Amino acid sequence: MGIEEKLPAGFLLTTVEAVAGYMRKSSVWPATFGLACCAIEMMAVGTPDYDIARFGMERFSATPRQADLMIVAGRVSQKMAPVVRQVYDQMPEPKWVISMGVCASSGGMFNNYAIVQGVDHIIPVDVYLPGCPPRPEMLLNAILVLHDQIQHSKLGVNRVKAARAAEAAALAATPTSLMAPTHDHLAHVGALVAPAGKNLLA
Amino acid sequence: MAEDNKSGFFSDLFAPVGGFGVTFATMFRKVYTEEYPEEKRPTQKRFHGRHQLNRHPDGLEKCVGCELCAWACPADAIFVEGASNDDTPFEDGGTGRFSPGERFGKIYQINYLRCIFCGLCIEACPTRALTMTNFYELADDNRADLIFTKDQLLAPLQEGMVQPPHPMVAGLEERDYYLGKVVSGTEAQREYVAAEVVADVAADVARAEEGDA
Repeated sequence: MGIEEKLPAGFLLTTVEAVAGYMRKSSVWPATFGLACCAIEMMAVGTPDYDIARFGMERFSATPRQADLMIVAGRVSQKMAPVVRQVYDQMPEPKWVISMGVCASSGGMFNNYAIVQGVDHIIPVDVYLPGCPPRPEMLLNAILVLHDQIQHSKLGVNRVKAARAAEAAALAATPTSLMAPTHDHLAHVGALVAPAGKNLLA
Repeated sequence: MAEDNKSGFFSDLFAPVGGFGVTFATMFRKVYTEEYPEEKRPTQKRFHGRHQLNRHPDGLEKCVGCELCAWACPADAIFVEGASNDDTPFEDGGTGRFSPGERFGKIYQINYLRCIFCGLCIEACPTRALTMTNFYELADDNRADLIFTKDQLLAPLQEGMVQPPHPMVAGLEERDYYLGKVVSGTEAQREYVAAEVVADVAADVARAEEGDA
């Protein structure tokens, strides 16, 4: 990318990171791109009722070459997968992906041969959004989560360092086959009180 | 026929800019945009949001581990594993009582990246243990964190509830819980849990001393 990638680490780079993050998150243009029913909700987000322009997403870019954000709205069929990948490849860096809805995120209820079981099999995903389809507020929430990620993204040497750390953590992670059971009531023998659950009303 | 469409000189003159009047007038109309993160429009009362595992008024869980929700689920998003309640004291190797009756849901997971919020699990639940809340802000940056486990799904303890494991209300049987005869946790249950905590602390201390020696 630009000169910010050449800066040495230090307070100058962190300042540039903060400014660049703020600028980037304030003008994320999504690609005009919908695959299924989730796209209807995505279009609803563009209407004055929810008004995506409040977040600097002034319009859905008509070409992927001017888009920063890919909202994968709908189930990705095996036949559509190469097309989705091509649209992603045509987008310039930096680019982000929201996997909208359960079908795009994991295949959802379509656990069959025709559907890619999660769009992260073909492109890297930054935010997963459950729902079938997610209501417009849920998509706005996902966009805000993404804004937070963009604001705190690293540049230059810091980015390389963060990527190395992420890779090291992934390599050191426990395989699911070796993970402890997710919930064990016998834990009270060791831990005194079992967790009381999350308060949804708080 | 041509004369019918004839209009006046002034209306012809201002016709090209007439449309701007609509734009101008719109500035004074009510704004319908939902200011989402700051002001949330409330959902419908019966909105299908994320799930919650409910409790009886004394804190025992309502889930009996029957797996009917998992069977009803069209997306195979729910994983349940039941286990038997055990009234034997912990000293004698008992594992504790978490729900009235025979069984309880030992492991309970809902994968929110499969769940389509159809509510068939709620219809299937025979004890109203599983219900849905109006909460919908579920976006996350990885797939693993969107598999919600039992500790995340369990309803928080309300006033009068006692954290299980503890025995049922003395003198009542399972069916009484469904007849509304239990209104809150009893003193006996509270004492049982307190004694359990004391015993646990003592065991911890003993284990630590053993380690020192």
